[in-house]
Amino acid sequence: MNAIKLLLWVPFIGFLVFLPYANKIEPYILGMPFLLFWVAFWMVMASVILMIVYKFDPDNKGSDLE
Amino acid sequence: MNISLFIIAIFLVLALYLGIKARKGKDMDMEQFAVGGRGFGTFFIFLLIAGEIYTTFTFLGGSGWAYSKGAAAYYVPAYIFLAYVLSYWLVPKIWRYSKQHSIISQPDYFASKYSSRSMGMLVAVLGSLALVPYIVIQLKGLGIIVSEASYGAISPVAASIIGAIVVTTYVMISGIHGSAWTAILKDFMILVVVIFLGIYIPFHYFGGIQPMFETVQSAKPEMLILADQGLSQSWFISTVLLNALGFYLLPQTFMVVLSSNGERTLRKNAIALPLYTLLLLFVFFIGFAAIMEIPGLQGADGDLSLLRLAIQTFDPWVIGLIGAAGLLTALVPASVMLMAASVGLTNSFYKVLVPAANEKQQLIVSRLIIIGISIIALIVTVTGGEALAILNIMSYSLITQLAPALFCSLPKSNIINKYGAIAGIFAGVLIVLYATISGVKIATFLPNIPHVINDISTGVIALLINIIVTFIVSGLTKNITIHGKQMNNMNKSNIS
Repeated sequence: MNAIKLLLWVPFIGFLVFLPYANKIEPYILGMPFLLFWVAFWMVMASVILMIVYKFDPDNKGSDLE
Repeated sequence: MNISLFIIAIFLVLALYLGIKARKGKDMDMEQFAVGGRGFGTFFIFLLIAGEIYTTFTFLGGSGWAYSKGAAAYYVPAYIFLAYVLSYWLVPKIWRYSKQHSIISQPDYFASKYSSRSMGMLVAVLGSLALVPYIVIQLKGLGIIVSEASYGAISPVAASIIGAIVVTTYVMISGIHGSAWTAILKDFMILVVVIFLGIYIPFHYFGGIQPMFETVQSAKPEMLILADQGLSQSWFISTVLLNALGFYLLPQTFMVVLSSNGERTLRKNAIALPLYTLLLLFVFFIGFAAIMEIPGLQGADGDLSLLRLAIQTFDPWVIGLIGAAGLLTALVPASVMLMAASVGLTNSFYKVLVPAANEKQQLIVSRLIIIGISIIALIVTVTGGEALAILNIMSYSLITQLAPALFCSLPKSNIINKYGAIAGIFAGVLIVLYATISGVKIATFLPNIPHVINDISTGVIALLINIIVTFIVSGLTKNITIHGKQMNNMNKSNIS
């Protein structure tokens, strides 16, 4: 387990812990009620975070075929 | 034959053609049949994993939930994208072990990790129990979609039967290759159809996406946030976590992981897949539009909201394309599910009963099991009934009971043993069965409990008890195990 993988916790904690504060209709963002935007925002963030983890993860260095 | 049915028929034939052609140039053995010789790169793995989420449930149920239950529907993309985050860490480990031990199905994995055939059999039975309702939902959804989209020119039962014959045929011939090839067609169609509908309908009826939500807000504001009780925040969070944990434990998803050509392919997929769940937003838009435009669909009829609204809006040829996309969202997942159940059962039962069976015999048995499961699923589809709805609710809760055994098996030395794992799974499964069939919640026993706790998914409670039983039984039986086969594995953990 390398340290960079700890970032994988971020979407779980960020999305679910703050959910009670996101459970509202307004403000609308990008045409969506806030709660739906919150879900969509974390989908994108999950992807961004995974990209960062992938880039710095030593497991992805070298040959893929062991 | 009307134009819609004609278009749907063309796509059905095309799927059958691609599914059969996929076999070309492959020497079919069990590994090739089940996991494509572990040769699928990023593109096919993406389509196959994505294929497992864009099922008829997503197509009909996603819009149906938004229509009848509102924001609670968001739980679907929420658990899926979190499952992908988890997968970055989890699935390369499963893949690596399976590659080293030539494992081609989920029951084999557990049997090998716990050096226990009983464990393999238990997992195979549990997996099939969770899979059959899924296959039935696909066939049932297929029947509804084709029947509605053809303006009733073909009955739901007839459509389900034809669909089942097509999918069974190409899975038997090409194995997972058939699923992979038809997945290309399916994902192209579903992308085009869902994005088009999700944008066109809000603009056509409301002049935009925000105006649509504002209309819903003024009429039914409660549809846009989570409720105070019932499908509340604690229900949402517990269900999302449970399903995220269970996603890669579903036998069909597990099998797709094994078909990857490397760990890096799986990690790359984890990056792209969360973005793909954005597609579900468009499905929700259609469901929310339907709240205002075609009110009055009660109960399960809410699942028809997408098709009914589309029929009200478009010409028959567009409906034909929507129907074709819907048809494909049933075929591809159903094909992988059939494979996963049949290979799991073949390996954990047939290979144990007939250890001398060669590859050819195993393939024959796998194919016979595929036919058997198709027939069972079809019978349940046609006869329907209450049992199906109950099984469907239980599928995730049931399969997630494998989580403690899976996660404990990942480190080099396992802190639990097969007795604990099996006892824990039994305990969890029995609680899920009991709670779902009798409809009890925590409040049945503790009437004054706050809603926050009462709304927690039954699967989560079963899982907690499962974990407790697993550890207690593992502790009590460690002396048995230490003299057994797993001595080497267990030594380290017993010290700590």
